[in-house]
Amino acid sequence: MPSIRLAVPKTAKRDEVIEIKALIQHDMESGFRRGSRGEVIPRNILTEFECIYNGERVFSAEFHPAIAANPILTFHTRAVDSGTLVFRWKDQNGQTWSENAAIEVT
Amino acid sequence: MIRSGLLLCLVFAAGCQGETAPASRAEIAAADVRSGYTFLTAETQALQDDEFANPGLLWVDRGEAMFQSTAETKQSCVSCHTDGLEGVAARYPALDPVSGDLLNIEGRINSCRTRHQGLDALPYESDALLSLTTYLAHQSAGRPSNVDVSGAAKDAYEKGRAYFLTRRGQFNLSCQQCHTKNWGMQLRGDTLSQGHGNGFPAYRLEWQSLGSLQRRLRDCDMGVRAEPLPFGDETYIALELYLASRAQGLALESPAVRR
Repeated sequence: MPSIRLAVPKTAKRDEVIEIKALIQHDMESGFRRGSRGEVIPRNILTEFECIYNGERVFSAEFHPAIAANPILTFHTRAVDSGTLVFRWKDQNGQTWSENAAIEVT
Repeated sequence: MIRSGLLLCLVFAAGCQGETAPASRAEIAAADVRSGYTFLTAETQALQDDEFANPGLLWVDRGEAMFQSTAETKQSCVSCHTDGLEGVAARYPALDPVSGDLLNIEGRINSCRTRHQGLDALPYESDALLSLTTYLAHQSAGRPSNVDVSGAAKDAYEKGRAYFLTRRGQFNLSCQQCHTKNWGMQLRGDTLSQGHGNGFPAYRLEWQSLGSLQRRLRDCDMGVRAEPLPFGDETYIALELYLASRAQGLALESPAVRR
């Protein structure tokens, strides 16, 4: 299980635009590098990210081999209702990791 | 290839520099001691300072969870170290009163695991050991480096100092030629730092990962085309002690972000 760090405001006013940050620990091995004996280091990357806010997908991203290790994403959304934001990453083999954050909208 | 080119340049630069370098540069004066942080670009400094986005904090988070975990053993770290270990990392490397060996933080964690927790020692650069060392070092962030090099530690200090001053490798360079005599000078596009270890374990952009001070020392040795010592070698631990004493008073920064 990789370490995940989320920055979501605990509270927000209704219709306020909030900034969200999500950081995940991942090697993002591009597949283009070689090891000390000249062998190709196999590609191992995250390919997809999505953020689901109360069931609605508010942000998504595709990752490619040029993305650096331990990718961080910063994006904005509108605070509509109290509830949960689900952050989900998927790697090239279909394995997924997710983490939740609660938000209270006043 | 790029690195070897860089170092060849330095060999020439160091050769010319010899005539003009002030004699006082045999050691860095206490007032001139500067963290590697001050040699970074503003963007890299901002990444280190960001309390959310500094990627080294991923390891701090995991280390904190491990410190409290009872998954491997009934006796978690926190069951003894109830008050945490704030400020402790600033005193390391230090002599172990039980064995008399000089231990760095990695060695101290592993001796705790084998002596008190009934666990196996963790290998260097494993995610688990890096997480624990970074968590401990982070608790001393902002504290001045304060190692004891008196008494029985004196021998190790001298051994570390000798390693720092000795020319080695195909380039025949010593640590001090770059980091004491020529810090602040350009090495092609890069500025030579003073070579302090106060930010380690640190996240290096070149590694795209977090690594220990010994990994950095091995990189330096390979950079001058010398045979690096194995991880955990006592000469490297002695060198860590010399480096910490050389940076005495400099605030710790782990997890720092470095080039």
